[in-house]
Amino acid sequence: MFEATAQNRRNRKVEGLFRLLFLWMTCMLILPVALILGVLIVRGGPAISWEFLFTQPINNMTAGGILPALVGTVWLVVVALIASVPVGVAAALYLSEYAPDNRLTRAINLAIINLAGVPSIVHALFGLGAFVIFFRFGTSILAASLTLAVMTLPVVIVATRESLQTVPLAFREACWNMGATRWQTIRKIVLPNAISGILTGVILEVSRTSGETAPIMFTGAAFFLPFLPQGVLDQTMAMSLHLFVISTQVPDVPEHMPFGVALVLISMVLAMNGISIAFRVYLRGRKKW
Amino acid sequence: MPELAHAADRRDAAWWVDRAVRILVLAGGLSAIVFIAGIFVFITREGAGFVFDRFDFREFFGSPRWTPTSSHNPTYGALALIAGTASVTGLAMVVSVPFSLGAAIYIGEFATGRVRETLKVLVELLAAIPSVVWGFIGLSIMNPLIIQTFDVPVGLNVLNAGVILGLMAAPIMTTIAEDALKAVPDTYREAAEAMGATRWQVTFKVVLPAARNGLVAATLLGVGRGFGETMAVLMASGHSINLPTSPFDSVRALTATIAAELGETAAGSDHYGALFTLGIFLFLVTFAINFAADVFVRGGQRKHRRRGRRPAASANP
Repeated sequence: MFEATAQNRRNRKVEGLFRLLFLWMTCMLILPVALILGVLIVRGGPAISWEFLFTQPINNMTAGGILPALVGTVWLVVVALIASVPVGVAAALYLSEYAPDNRLTRAINLAIINLAGVPSIVHALFGLGAFVIFFRFGTSILAASLTLAVMTLPVVIVATRESLQTVPLAFREACWNMGATRWQTIRKIVLPNAISGILTGVILEVSRTSGETAPIMFTGAAFFLPFLPQGVLDQTMAMSLHLFVISTQVPDVPEHMPFGVALVLISMVLAMNGISIAFRVYLRGRKKW
Repeated sequence: MPELAHAADRRDAAWWVDRAVRILVLAGGLSAIVFIAGIFVFITREGAGFVFDRFDFREFFGSPRWTPTSSHNPTYGALALIAGTASVTGLAMVVSVPFSLGAAIYIGEFATGRVRETLKVLVELLAAIPSVVWGFIGLSIMNPLIIQTFDVPVGLNVLNAGVILGLMAAPIMTTIAEDALKAVPDTYREAAEAMGATRWQVTFKVVLPAARNGLVAATLLGVGRGFGETMAVLMASGHSINLPTSPFDSVRALTATIAAELGETAAGSDHYGALFTLGIFLFLVTFAINFAADVFVRGGQRKHRRRGRRPAASANP
C-alpha cells in the first residue's frame, strides 16, 4: 500500500530537478561576486601597505597613499552617526512602543520606505539645496554628514524597531502592572533587552555611510585636499569619492592604485557588516526567552 | 473636597517625564515625514526657476537633445536620458528577477539549517557592496571582458551597466521576496503536504500564489533601486547621449547626468535648474514605485495576517 507508484517517483524526480535549478540560481548570484572579490584581492593586494594607508597622495594622486581619504571617511561617518542615531532610535521607539495603528503611523512608515528608496543623487540635491545653500553650512563635513544622516536614517529606524519588537510583550506587561510609566518600562526593561540589536543596526549604518558617494559629491567631499580636516566646517576627501576620482577623472594613475582603494573600501564595508552579522548570531544564541 | 482631589492627582515627576518622552519620540517619528517633505521642498525650491521659466513639457519628454552647455541654443530634452535609464534598468531586471526569485525560493522553501543561514548571510553581504565599487568593477573588470568576448570597440554600454545593476539589485530583491514567502503561514504548507503534495508542488501551487503580492513588491523595489542607482551606472554605462538600439550602445542615465554635470554649473543658472528638475522627476517616479510596492505588501499582509505581530501598539497600560 505504501509502495511508491510511478506517479510518486516522477514527482520526486521533478522535485529534485527544481531543487537543483534553484540551487544553481542561488549560486549564480553569489559566484560572480566571489570571483570579482578574488580579482580585487589579487590585483589590489600588492598596492596595500602601511605606507599606502598612512601617507598623503602625491604627484596629482598618481602615487603616495590615501590617508586624507581614510580620515575624511571617519569624520563623515562619525558626524552622521551623531546626527542620525538619536533621531532614528526615537522614531523607532515611537513606532514600536507608542504608535497606534492609525493614518499618521502609516504615513510615517511610508515616509521611511521612501527615505530609503529615494535615489542617492536626489539626496545629494537635497543636501545641496538645504544644508549647503539654505542653512549656509557651505560645502563642509557638516553638510555632507547631515545629508548622509537623512539618507541612512531608515537603516537605524528599521533595525531598532525590529530589535524592540523582539522583546516579549509579557516583559512590558509585568512592568506596567508594577505601576511603572511607559517611559520607565522602556528605560528599565525594553531598552536593556534591545540595546545589542540596536548596536547591530548602528554598525550596519556605519557600513552604508562609509560606502556612499553621490550624496557627498556636492555637499562636502573634495577631489583632492593635501591636508586633514580640522573641524566640521572643513571640506574633506573620502574613500568612496577618491575611488571614483582616481579611476575616472585623473589620467595616468598606475593600475594597482584604484584596485587598492577599492579593496580597502570593500574590506571596511564587509568587515562592518560581518561584525554586525556575527553579533546578531551571537545574540540569538544567547537569548533567554 | 480639595484634599481628596489632590490625592487623586497622580501627576508626579515620573508622569511628567513620561509625557516629555512621549512628545520627544513622536518628534522623532515625525522627522521621517519632515525629511521626505523637506527633500521635495528643497529640490523644488532650487528647480522652480527652471520649471516656471524655461521648462517645456514636449521638449523635456519628447526630445533626445540634451545640450545644456551649448552657448547659443541650449536644449533640455531628457528623452535619451530616460531611455538610457530605462534600458539599463530593464536589462538589469531581465537578468536579476528570475535569479532573485529562484534564490528566494531556494533559501525560503528548500534550504534548511546551516545552509540556509549561510546563504542568507552571503546575500546580505552582497547587498552591502558600495555602488562606487560596483562602478569600478564595471569599468575595470567587465569592460575588458565585454570587449574581448563580443569583439566590440567599447565595453561601457547597456550590457555592462545592466549586468552590474542586476547583480546590485538581486540581493535586495532576494531578501524581500524571501520575506514574502516567509509571511505565508505554515498552515498553508501543512495543509498541502497533508494532501500528499511534494515540496515543489507546495511551492508552486500554494506558496507562490499566496505570496504573489510580496513578490511583485520585491520586483518593484528592485526596479526602484535600478532606476535610482547613480555611481555604478555613471561609471559602467559609457555616459554618452544615445537612444539605444542594441545592448552594445553606450547610454547616459538620468541620475548619472546630475552627478556628472552638477559640479560644473553655476547655482541659479538654467542648467542648474534643469538638473534639479531631473531630480524632481526622479523623486516623483521613485515615490510612485515605492508607494505601489507598499500597497502590494499591505495587500499581501491583509490576506493572511498573523496574530501578535505588533505587541506594544495594541495594549494600553
